Amino acid sequence: MGILDSKVPSGPLADKWTNHKNKINLVNPANKRNIDIIVVGTGLAGGSAAATLAELGYNVKTFCYQDSPRRAHSIAAQGGINAAKNYQGDGDSSYRLFYDTVKGGDYRSREANVYRLAEVSGQIIDQCVAQGVPFAREYGGLLDNRSFGGVLVSRTFYAKGQTGQQLLLGAYSAMNRQINRGKIQPFNRHEMMDLVKIDGKARGIIARNLITGEIERHSAHAVVLATGGYGNVFFLSTNAMGSNAMAAWRAHRRGAHFANPCFTQIHPTCIPVSGDHQSKLTLMSESLRNDGRIWVPSKEADAQAIRDGKLKPTSINEEDRDYFLERRYPAFGNLVPRDVASRAAKERCDAGFGVNKTGEAVYLDFDAAITRYGHEKALTSGHKEATDKEVRTYGEEVIETKYGNLFQMYEKIVDENPYKTPMMIYPAVHYTMGGLWVDYNLQTTIEGCYAAGEANFSDHGANRLGASALMQGLADGYFVLPYTIGDYLSNDIRTGKIPTDSPEFDAAEKEVRERMAKLINGKGTHSVDYYHKILGKIMWNKCGMSRNVKELQEAIDEISALRADFWENVRVPGSIDSKNQELEKAGRVADFLELGELFAKDALTRNESCGGHFREEYQTPEGEALRDDENFKFVSSWEYKGEPKDAVLHKEELKYENIELKTRSYK
Amino acid sequence: MSGLLTSSIARKVVMALSGIFLVFFLGQHFVINITSVIAPNTFNSWSHFMGYNPLVQYLLQPILIAGVVVHFAMGIALEIQNTRARTVKYAKYKGSANASWISRNMIITGLVVLAFLGLHMYDFWIHEMAYKYIEANPEDPTRYYEETVEKFEPLVRTVIYVASFGLLALHLLHGFASSFQTMGINNKYSPAIQTFTKIYAIGIPLGFAFIAIYHHLNPITH
Amino acid sequence: MKLTLKIWRQKDANSKGKMMDYAIDGIDGDMSFLEMMDVLNENLNNKGEEPVEFDHDCREGICGSCSLQINGEPHGPDRLVTTCQLHMRKFNDGDTITIEPFRAKAFPVIKDLIVDRTAFDRIQQAGGYISVNTSGNTQDANSIPIDKHDADDAFYSAACIGCGACVAACKNASAMLFTSAKISQYALLPQGQVEAVDRVQNMVRQMDLEGFGNCTNTGACEIECPKGISLENIARMNREYLSASVKG
Repeated sequence: MGILDSKVPSGPLADKWTNHKNKINLVNPANKRNIDIIVVGTGLAGGSAAATLAELGYNVKTFCYQDSPRRAHSIAAQGGINAAKNYQGDGDSSYRLFYDTVKGGDYRSREANVYRLAEVSGQIIDQCVAQGVPFAREYGGLLDNRSFGGVLVSRTFYAKGQTGQQLLLGAYSAMNRQINRGKIQPFNRHEMMDLVKIDGKARGIIARNLITGEIERHSAHAVVLATGGYGNVFFLSTNAMGSNAMAAWRAHRRGAHFANPCFTQIHPTCIPVSGDHQSKLTLMSESLRNDGRIWVPSKEADAQAIRDGKLKPTSINEEDRDYFLERRYPAFGNLVPRDVASRAAKERCDAGFGVNKTGEAVYLDFDAAITRYGHEKALTSGHKEATDKEVRTYGEEVIETKYGNLFQMYEKIVDENPYKTPMMIYPAVHYTMGGLWVDYNLQTTIEGCYAAGEANFSDHGANRLGASALMQGLADGYFVLPYTIGDYLSNDIRTGKIPTDSPEFDAAEKEVRERMAKLINGKGTHSVDYYHKILGKIMWNKCGMSRNVKELQEAIDEISALRADFWENVRVPGSIDSKNQELEKAGRVADFLELGELFAKDALTRNESCGGHFREEYQTPEGEALRDDENFKFVSSWEYKGEPKDAVLHKEELKYENIELKTRSYK
Repeated sequence: MSGLLTSSIARKVVMALSGIFLVFFLGQHFVINITSVIAPNTFNSWSHFMGYNPLVQYLLQPILIAGVVVHFAMGIALEIQNTRARTVKYAKYKGSANASWISRNMIITGLVVLAFLGLHMYDFWIHEMAYKYIEANPEDPTRYYEETVEKFEPLVRTVIYVASFGLLALHLLHGFASSFQTMGINNKYSPAIQTFTKIYAIGIPLGFAFIAIYHHLNPITH
Repeated sequence: MKLTLKIWRQKDANSKGKMMDYAIDGIDGDMSFLEMMDVLNENLNNKGEEPVEFDHDCREGICGSCSLQINGEPHGPDRLVTTCQLHMRKFNDGDTITIEPFRAKAFPVIKDLIVDRTAFDRIQQAGGYISVNTSGNTQDANSIPIDKHDADDAFYSAACIGCGACVAACKNASAMLFTSAKISQYALLPQGQVEAVDRVQNMVRQMDLEGFGNCTNTGACEIECPKGISLENIARMNREYLSASVKG
């Protein structure tokens, strides 16, 4: 298993990154001008990497399927970005952030990577502020922080509920500066169709111009994949409609290992599905759980009456409500980590206590918070004998200033006033911790092919903490990859421009064309969405919040059959050589149909419950996750061998030298 | 400074500045005209001053004409540029949903005011030029009041004047306040500016209309 | 509900387009506008016709991809929402809905309802950034205290999603609200001062080169902006521009 060398530098944990940077090879400025790098994806990781590499002097080409780099789905992140700045003086440190992240990930991430992430987190905030990112500030003019679930300090920097947007616009502005200088050539509305390998090294990509349909060859000395996660394998998720795994999967088929595909985060607070027409799900920020109490009726008859529209939640007495998170986890209550909260909600709904039409929703109730804040504000406003109604008005004002935009969004979508009646929420697929396997340098198992951000597997283990995705994307792009890639490229200073007329490019382009021709044969009977929806249902029902051997095996068989049917019967209208959104979707869903099967296979292989991966066979008598460190303290890294069922498992053993492994308990 | 004169913002500012200049001229014009109702002798002497003072005649008058020309020429140039910015029109465009009729139709109110200005120049300015420079009549500081009142004897002219003042008011209602926004003034004083411009935009044309109607109803009997 | 849709169909940038009528049934008030379009496309697909292409991505009102001029207004009749957040309950059974691409010379149609908004990118490339390298040695974030109100105002300007509704709504197809929002973000922050003179001049020059119309202060952009970007931004840009012209 030599190919799974994580290349973690030796030495004490806190010195590894500094030592590594001091020792790796660099490319001199004059030579950087002769080196080309392709960056696929322009979210936080790709955008920041592209800008930084161009600043260093490399020639960068960026690719994104959106019409502008600024629209990558990082933009939708709401809550914030963690950084161990310790501005609040509450005892935060790189070690504490490192510790929280490893523990939150249920001890399935690589120590050295996570420590490096924590170490550079502070620099991210410095860099973003210098770029003009308008973070929230206190009246003294200094940066404000909020707290997020699963930690004991206040380390989350934010820009209202639009932190991802502001950070992405920061990275995009850095890109713009380089585009203006001619150091970045942006290829928007372009999709990577395949990775081109020459002599075992990644040397370019085949891309499709989504406007003209033209197939293009682009060569480079290294290829960076920053293409996000694969949550859309579930069809319904909080991902953007276009979010896909094509680039990562194409690289996987060319030899890049895919790690921990079954580690998926299901976020507890999303707006429930309202019907079959639903195309995507909308997240309600985790911050709402600071003030909202989650409950379902304690009597099944009441739940049924609510589902039938005969009873209103507000008319259910306090003693007839089951605040199930507070009941099961008295210590953390409504602020347990995401995986725990999601499973608990599903458990209640499965038991028949769900509260919307389909029985797949629980309440998130702000009534108590409104009353509590209302009393406080009445007193501080000098209103000593406020009536209940006045207290409510005060309370609603406070809630409005804290969560106004989220409440408005909820009302627009659901058409109910969440100040007057509790919100309905249900878990939804949100983030994928798994991804392309990378070593300490973020290089995949293909030489010269790097993966950054959500596209790689490296930092979050089996569960990601809130506000850590933005941190990881920017850490990879601004501060890690631009250094580590130089070590690899220092061997390429004499290579010269990579020609695109080589047999390898010919072959790759031919394959791409053949695949597309096959998709568009025109004889099909079902639309792409038809298949995507079926795949999503299989994934959600059998590979979702809780999994078991039987259903995982069924999922593997069903997905395999569905894939065969897809290639036989899918109908893609239009032509190859023009704008064709159905064709774009078809290519992506075709890859999801392979990835989904590997996902199930990975979940089936991992005979333990950890983080977002909950196997029903492995739980404590109280229904909590039962991790198996003795047998599964490793990264599952899958090598492509044709069909997903033939994929070969490689294990990267995880070593914990600085952290003691414990059972997570939130009781 | 390069590119300043062709830039969109500079053109806006030219519109705003020339507009504000014309607005002030309008105020001054009104102050003189209202004396024709209150004190005809004052009207005569002020009009004579305006007509024969070299500073007014050879400096302010050309500036005023230039102001009018620049405002209209730039307005039309911008209208052309703006029309060209959307070559394919919407099948359905609901302008009333998000902007007032007045703000969307400055070109219409503006052109009507321009046409009115033609009539107005013909009535007074050309007459005055002919009187002074072509016919070379001697100075007569008492003729202005009578000449003015006579103009408003025909009902048609009075109606045209009053209607034009109505459209001028519409033009000013948007244009006056808007020129402050163009010059970058949008702050806590803006509501006060808005109120002032509203009063001015309605008050001044209303006053002009009053003068026209007053003279129409009170002809000089010989 | 049952609806009649009048939709602009155009094969590609070089072809002539036209309005086409489509009847659609079974639309639920809980559907978003784009989900209604999904139903239409599924129907067309089943009939072997080419689906109507439109831009969309996040479907939660933040990426700025979705556009559509709906019944004469960008993002439809609702306020402070993008098309993806517009719900069908805003319409009635039997309604006829006109759906067109955002129209501007600077936003040429690519196909059907998709337009090319890269003019916005080029405006930002002309100066919408602060020139700071990623070194890891920038000064500590808290070494520049910024007045909370300025920081908040900068945020409100930066909240622009670049959808182009301002251009689509404006009778002049002017891009001043968009351009001014970006200029304002930096004008309000101390970090943005060093390059302020060049930034506003370069961005305005690029905006003009793209062929957008001029602002006549109708205020339509502000009303239709899904993020409520204020006209104050345009005033600020004008100020910045005038002072930059004087300075250099």
